[in-house]
Amino acid sequence: MKPPLSIRANELTRRFGAVTAIHNVSFTVKHGEIVGFLGPNGAGKSTTMRILSGILPAHSGAAWISGISVAEHPREIKRKIGYMPENNPLPGDMRVVEYLRFRARLKEVPRKNLHKAVESAMETCDLARTARRKIIGTLSKGFRQRVGIADALLGDPQVIIMDEPTIGLDPHQIQGIRKLIDSLRGRMTVILSSHILPEIERCCDRVIIINQGRVVAAGTNRELREEFLPGNRFLIEIEGSKIALQKKLNEHGLQVDILNASEAKQERHKLTLCANETIQGSQILQALYNADHCIVHSLNKSEPNLEEIFLAATRRSWEETIEMPKPIEPIDRAGSDGSISNKSIKKQPQNKI
Amino acid sequence: MRHFLILLKHELRMLLISPATYIASFLFLALMGLLYWIILNEMATTALEELPHVEFFKGFWIPTFFVVPLLTMRSIAGERSSGTLDTLLTTPTSRISVVLSKFTGAYLFYLLLWFMTLGFPLIVDKFFPVAAASGRLLEAAPIIGSFAFIAVSGILFISIGIFSSSITRSQLVAGMLSFTALFIIIIGGQQLSALEHPDYGLIAYLPGIVEYLQIFNHLDDFSRGIIDTRPLIYYTSLGALLLGLASLVIKAKA
Repeated sequence: MKPPLSIRANELTRRFGAVTAIHNVSFTVKHGEIVGFLGPNGAGKSTTMRILSGILPAHSGAAWISGISVAEHPREIKRKIGYMPENNPLPGDMRVVEYLRFRARLKEVPRKNLHKAVESAMETCDLARTARRKIIGTLSKGFRQRVGIADALLGDPQVIIMDEPTIGLDPHQIQGIRKLIDSLRGRMTVILSSHILPEIERCCDRVIIINQGRVVAAGTNRELREEFLPGNRFLIEIEGSKIALQKKLNEHGLQVDILNASEAKQERHKLTLCANETIQGSQILQALYNADHCIVHSLNKSEPNLEEIFLAATRRSWEETIEMPKPIEPIDRAGSDGSISNKSIKKQPQNKI
Repeated sequence: MRHFLILLKHELRMLLISPATYIASFLFLALMGLLYWIILNEMATTALEELPHVEFFKGFWIPTFFVVPLLTMRSIAGERSSGTLDTLLTTPTSRISVVLSKFTGAYLFYLLLWFMTLGFPLIVDKFFPVAAASGRLLEAAPIIGSFAFIAVSGILFISIGIFSSSITRSQLVAGMLSFTALFIIIIGGQQLSALEHPDYGLIAYLPGIVEYLQIFNHLDDFSRGIIDTRPLIYYTSLGALLLGLASLVIKAKA
């Protein structure tokens, strides 16, 4: 039997006054998956996470956690999720162990399991020996994040939602959090947002990119790479002329674009080449063998990282938004003296200006 | 109910470890002690119609103006501004449990503060037995009546504080709002009754309504041992309404 989807969001829309924070956001997450939620500031990541955790109702659309509707059974789904909000708010005047016990009671952990659940969460987050009796207000940022994650883990939830869990942490602490998230793989479904793209790339099975309140891309790194940055990329270091390189490759029937080039040092250039999937490095080397005015010093195949994919995906969604046809402003919007207001100028399609 | 009790325990614990609580308690007891001393002093020089404790409770509004905002301004506004309200609402706890626990915590502490004023006549009795010989200082009936008034009116006053705290994320604004609302409800009613009003049309019904809202008259009744259900309904129904609204505000401002 096919296991049910852990999270299912179907055309979620939420407005704040005149601003549409998210519009028709749909995605699914399978059980045990670790999914990264990416997007620029104000893209709608936190709003989506708050809707999924039942704090905020959606204006339209629906979400399900483990097959249970968030809108219809908010209390039921709250038993199934562990949520760590953005900025990880914690009461500064409580001790770590007291706070976790209080949260465990609120999460309806049975009395007989309470001690074990708190100890287990503290052990997982490496708090048991170091910060058990410390007052939360005196803890460093890294330890506070651990307390937030320990809180999210309490009650053995099926789904963990973490909004920016690595924000403000140093590289050691980020590595610690990454290991912790890795340890949850397969056991719990984790959905997390972050601005630190290499972290998402390393610890997430799948990525959902959201921009201007819309899901612009979703899939594994490979799938996203194929969609947004198709073809093979090579980093080549040559001594000689770029024109000679391009000419030589074309002579051999290799259609290659030069994407960017670094400053030449003693006639040496570092170039990024973009070729279609059929072209291999060996063909390039063969084409440039004994070429005049173009000596190859090194050639490496380059895999686009998540940052490049993210930039490509968000750029594409921006371009699509700008190119979307918009109604032309009616003439009566013009001022009484015949001048057109700034507002009406802004609303004209940019490609026509 | 289970969540309510967990939250109430937490709330009382937080009240006990908060410096603001002790500042409010100190100010309250110092002020009320001074008031009690003034009343006793006055009794020694001039004959008063009322018993000292009845006179003492007539000054209930003085501490109410600052104790209620101090006790309640942090409750929901503080949680919202620090973001802990969000984490609280991600647990299976209902919003009404959150509001009721905040209310009950502050209300119990408010009652405790008033209960501590019972120490004043006991201190006088202990150290000045001659002055207390008449037995008027510790006469039970007016004390019980006045305490009943404090307990019943406290429902409304604390509810005003909780509601004010729910509609803003700034503790200062919450405190100011609750002070203003308490001022209007306590002093405003008294001032309205002092106005002259014509006896025609709908305005003819106004004196009756204003009379119903006279908090000072309620105190008079209670201290004389008259337990009228009308003020009981007034305080409890308005208090419940405000707490219900606070719960809706939490939902709307999520």
